[in-house]
Amino acid sequence: MTADSTPPAKRPVQVTVRIQSSDFDISDEIGALTAGRADVGAVASFTGLCRDEGGRLSALELEHYPGMAERAIRAIAEEAAERFELTGLTAIHRYGKIAPGGNIVLVVACASHRQAAFDGAAFLMDYFKTDAPFWKKEHLKDGGAGEWVSAKDADDKAKARWRSRS
Amino acid sequence: MSLKVVYFAWVRERIGKGSEELELPESVVTVGDLIAHLATLGEEYAAAFEVPQVIRAAIDEEHAGHDEAIGNAREIALFPPMTGG
Repeated sequence: MTADSTPPAKRPVQVTVRIQSSDFDISDEIGALTAGRADVGAVASFTGLCRDEGGRLSALELEHYPGMAERAIRAIAEEAAERFELTGLTAIHRYGKIAPGGNIVLVVACASHRQAAFDGAAFLMDYFKTDAPFWKKEHLKDGGAGEWVSAKDADDKAKARWRSRS
Repeated sequence: MSLKVVYFAWVRERIGKGSEELELPESVVTVGDLIAHLATLGEEYAAAFEVPQVIRAAIDEEHAGHDEAIGNAREIALFPPMTGG
């Protein structure tokens, strides 16, 4: 083996998954994935917020399966990191009662180039929607008991596009 | 066979509890068998499992289909389609 065939030392991929009731700060999370690294050329982030659905909702309440949520999301995140050759990936999902305008979910994907960062974030979000054990319940502004949010066919289709592409 | 079964979202609300330890008859082999068995345990269970095909399951915290065998699982979770993100 010659020195030329030795690949450059690869920095470890940083995969962080947190399930928490508290809020997150997107700048802090991006900073944690980029500080001290010179191999990150692209950062794509997605933040999901609570909507009031035309003034109808006072909050969304997120229930989760504590044991499984972190494990399921970590498995998906590690798959995304490998598949898109990311340099780092952070996924945070909140639980509990969240008022309109509040943060629910954050995905930050870092890579050397932009397409990988975009794809990594989109892939993880599509899997979040269908495979992460979280459920949303509506709380109504008029005080009435809200409904559980129904799963959408569109979310299953969004996930399926990653399967057909690979 | 004794098994911990946990419920989430409207499955939990309809049954009226988040988890329970159950003794299962020998005839219960798969996740689908478990759902069919639970549906016979009373009105609240019948309501939760009214449309069995929409129910999602996890065996020991891993997603599982209705035809999967329960085997020596410690915990089975039953819940509606997920709506996170």
